[in-house]
Amino acid sequence: MAAVLSVVGLYIGFFVAPTDATQGEAYRIIYVHVPAAWMSMLLYLVMAFWAAIGWAFNARLAFMVARALAPTGAAFTFLALWTGAFWGKPTWGTWWVWDARLTSELILLFLYLGYMALLESIDDTRRADQAGALLAIVGAVNVPIIYFSVRWWNTLHQGATISMTAAPKMADTMLTSLLFMTFAFWAYAFAVVFKRTCALILEREHDTDWVRALKGKS
Amino acid sequence: MNSGFVAVARRDLRLARRRPVEALLPVVFFLVACSLFPLGVGPESEVLRQIAPGIVWVCALLSAMLSLGSLYGSDYADGSLEQMLVSGQPMVVLVLAKALAHWLMTGVPLILVAPLLGLLFDMRADSIATLTLGLLLGTPLLSLIGGVGAALTLGLRNGAVLILLLVLPLCIPVLIFGAGAVAAVDSGISSAGHFYLLGALLLLTLAGAPVATAAALRISI
Repeated sequence: MAAVLSVVGLYIGFFVAPTDATQGEAYRIIYVHVPAAWMSMLLYLVMAFWAAIGWAFNARLAFMVARALAPTGAAFTFLALWTGAFWGKPTWGTWWVWDARLTSELILLFLYLGYMALLESIDDTRRADQAGALLAIVGAVNVPIIYFSVRWWNTLHQGATISMTAAPKMADTMLTSLLFMTFAFWAYAFAVVFKRTCALILEREHDTDWVRALKGKS
Repeated sequence: MNSGFVAVARRDLRLARRRPVEALLPVVFFLVACSLFPLGVGPESEVLRQIAPGIVWVCALLSAMLSLGSLYGSDYADGSLEQMLVSGQPMVVLVLAKALAHWLMTGVPLILVAPLLGLLFDMRADSIATLTLGLLLGTPLLSLIGGVGAALTLGLRNGAVLILLLVLPLCIPVLIFGAGAVAAVDSGISSAGHFYLLGALLLLTLAGAPVATAAALRISI
């Protein structure tokens, strides 16, 4: 489903949507960039949410979902940064600007990496789950603070940089494509996260009877 | 004053006094790291004056992180941390005491040598005052936030590096406002806004970080 949606989205984005008047063909990267950036932020919140649920109700499945979300979130963050750099080169003339949004996205990537590194380095799964959950919650509390401080830092230093918020009115086809791509990324995230959760469950329950029974069948 | 608070803080300070060289290491690191920058960037005083607040703040951040490993590590190793947990004292209070002791041992010396570094970097007098005041508000924050990371990574194989990865992103607001205050003074604006924000962050962290640290310690043991 993710594949179908992204094929449709990319087709509209690359062939149907008109070329942007000021930015030329390069603007088409936003069909990947914007949904990836949205997903990267959303997934962090979802991860913190599941971590909080797991913490509150001591639910192992919630911890596993949170753990499964992290690599996908980090991948989307990286994708957003990468495509952003490719978009920035022809449009702004530079790979990277220390703009508030770019910087906070980069910090988000660091938060994801820290979370994953912490989980990886704790051998005891129970402790890893809980420690990771605590870190995700602390991080989620900090994300708005970091975001606003970074924004202020930027406005303090360099008055007017290129604002990405001032979106020009979009043509309908562009919007359709963008929506398709967003749904495609949603579908991808769901599929991958549940697959990874499934793998985590099987790995952790590998000596229970039902997993053995599954193994015997296949 | 809670007796447990005083006892833990005094104990940590006494331990530090018994090993003075170890306690001085973060300050020495701070000085050495700061004086590397002129060697790397070049000795033009114009450039140095401009980047000095950032250098001092980043080095203060790193030197505070460096000493975090032993914040709970040595207590964990000799079992006294477990004793604290089962002592019946509220863990949040003990965590606060540890953070205070850590700040007195690593934060305060940094604040004391910061004016000297300001002179080395040829900063103006009011900029130096702002820098020192900013460090006074900001370094307790580093000790408090760092405590969460130290508690989470207790007893892990690669704990020292992991602390850096976990804590540094969370310290970014402190860095921004601390260094920003000096930049504001340099460009002729009042630095009050930065200080208010640092103070607000300090209060927030004071309320939140000890709770998180206590929870992390319970997880880790």
